[in-house]
Amino acid sequence: MNNKVIQAMYDDDDVLLKAVKETREADYHIEEVFTPFPVHGLEKAMGLKGTRIAIASFIYGVIGFSFAIWMMNYMMIEDWPQNIGGKPNFSYAENMPSFIPIMFELTVFFAAHLMVITFYMRSKLWPFQEASNPDPRTTDDKFVMEVSLDGDEKKMSDFLKKTGAIELKVAEKS
Amino acid sequence: MYTFSSKLKTFSFVLMILGALGMGYGFFTAPKTDDVKEMVHTKAEAHETDENDGAEHATAEMGSEEEHAHLEHVLHQAQNRPWSAFFISAFFFLMISVTVLVFYAIQWAAQAGWSIVLFRVMEAITAYILPGSILLFIFLLASGLHFNHMYAWMSPEAANDPILQEKSWWLNTSGWMIRGFVYLLAYNFFRWILRKNSIALDASGDIKIYKSTFNYSVVFLVIFAVFELFMSFDWLMSLDPHWYSQLYSFYVFASMLVSGITVIAIVTIYLRTKGFLPFVNSSHVHDLAVYMFGFSIFWAYFFFDQFMLQWYANIPEEAAYFHPRLVGTYQPLFIGMIILNFVFPFLILMDKDFKKTPWFVITAGLILLTGHFIDVYQLISPATVGNHWSFGIPEISSLFFFLGLFVFVIFNALTKASLHAKGNPFMKESEIYHYS
Repeated sequence: MNNKVIQAMYDDDDVLLKAVKETREADYHIEEVFTPFPVHGLEKAMGLKGTRIAIASFIYGVIGFSFAIWMMNYMMIEDWPQNIGGKPNFSYAENMPSFIPIMFELTVFFAAHLMVITFYMRSKLWPFQEASNPDPRTTDDKFVMEVSLDGDEKKMSDFLKKTGAIELKVAEKS
Repeated sequence: MYTFSSKLKTFSFVLMILGALGMGYGFFTAPKTDDVKEMVHTKAEAHETDENDGAEHATAEMGSEEEHAHLEHVLHQAQNRPWSAFFISAFFFLMISVTVLVFYAIQWAAQAGWSIVLFRVMEAITAYILPGSILLFIFLLASGLHFNHMYAWMSPEAANDPILQEKSWWLNTSGWMIRGFVYLLAYNFFRWILRKNSIALDASGDIKIYKSTFNYSVVFLVIFAVFELFMSFDWLMSLDPHWYSQLYSFYVFASMLVSGITVIAIVTIYLRTKGFLPFVNSSHVHDLAVYMFGFSIFWAYFFFDQFMLQWYANIPEEAAYFHPRLVGTYQPLFIGMIILNFVFPFLILMDKDFKKTPWFVITAGLILLTGHFIDVYQLISPATVGNHWSFGIPEISSLFFFLGLFVFVIFNALTKASLHAKGNPFMKESEIYHYS
């Protein structure tokens, strides 16, 4: 029964931000907000939890760093020791300064790429994924706030109109 | 309006008196030139027993003339020790206040909005430029007049050195003294004019003053960029007159800029806990910590760039600079400094919440200041006191004296004007500044 939503459309991000705050104060549950660009302060207004992607990024960085250490040790010391610039090729520690650029690069490489992939996965943006925004205009200049419909539909519509919505639509949510 | 707490005042005076006494002791007990013959006898016997760095001293069958020259060199290094200690601390604290002035000028030139609430703190720290440069100029005078042997290219033996003869168009004592005077004069002039304008802006709020301060800041930044380049060459790099590195000045600047921003953060947090800066919020502290974090990495970048190229190329005249530091007696300082200045701040200042926690920023700041003091120490000492470095009474008391003076001057300057720079047109923006 409770899978109906009202999609309220706004045409200004400041109005949207205000509407989000008012809607939450009125004890309605916001399912999702679709915007064509990141709106500052929206995640706070919606009460979303802080992102944990920074922690993930740190872990990926550590993985990349360790991988670089292992890789350079395997390549340059164990498997095929090479004499470059007369540096001792039997000792990792004494060769270490020349490996620091590689450590840096792989740390950044791992952190950046894995972080982007994680973000896509968490946002359900894998390949061949169908767009899930309710109205194509939200990719242009309109904003849509999805509020789950409970109780009186008329009362809720009036409330949303008052917050500045320019268009309202009731939709079935699967 | 800040009132200088008597506790802090006493603390700074105690530091200054202890430091002055210790410095006097250091200068008094340094070996005299007449002792050289005595040393020839005593040292010759002790020679075999106390040498642990073989390469330099392995010449057991040195001719007596060579030995005499060597002992004279050792004597010069022993005589240098109190001067070197004086120079390290004088340079460290002077450059902290100069780089704070640079940071302050950057805020003006960039018309930054967030930092206006910190302007009076920055101005107070730059008040140390005047006493600091007077003390440093005493050192420059003493070096130029051969009261010490800090700069090898000034000694009479330099006349026999073809490399130093080639460089003498730049490295000559009179030019060096004039340049030193000009650098210090420029820093003092711009400090004076920027402070004067800032106070005048408070009284009138005249936009013309704002514009002229902007212009002075831009001019200062350009002049500083040039002067800092040559100042590092003159005062620090010429300690090893055969060695050169084009990155050196930026490296020194990065090191001192981190220290300067750290001092701003520490003084700000101190005043805030005492309740004198009610308009500073945790976002401002957070941003200062971001700068500490960022410039630590900036420093590490320059450090590593300079180091790795010369380490990899391994050209004798370049490697001679890194030999005492990387594998010689300075190794613990050299390696420890990298950990203190890069690894620690990188790990503990990474988290956003940590940057907003005052005691955390203070702890990280004290680690950073220690690390950068060691940095300056290892820049100067290998060339002046040689392999037998120590951290004894001359070094500690110089640090005490300059720290005491620094604390006294900046907190005294804080009492001179309202801590709220209300004339600045961006003040409102700074007060409501909020980092998400």
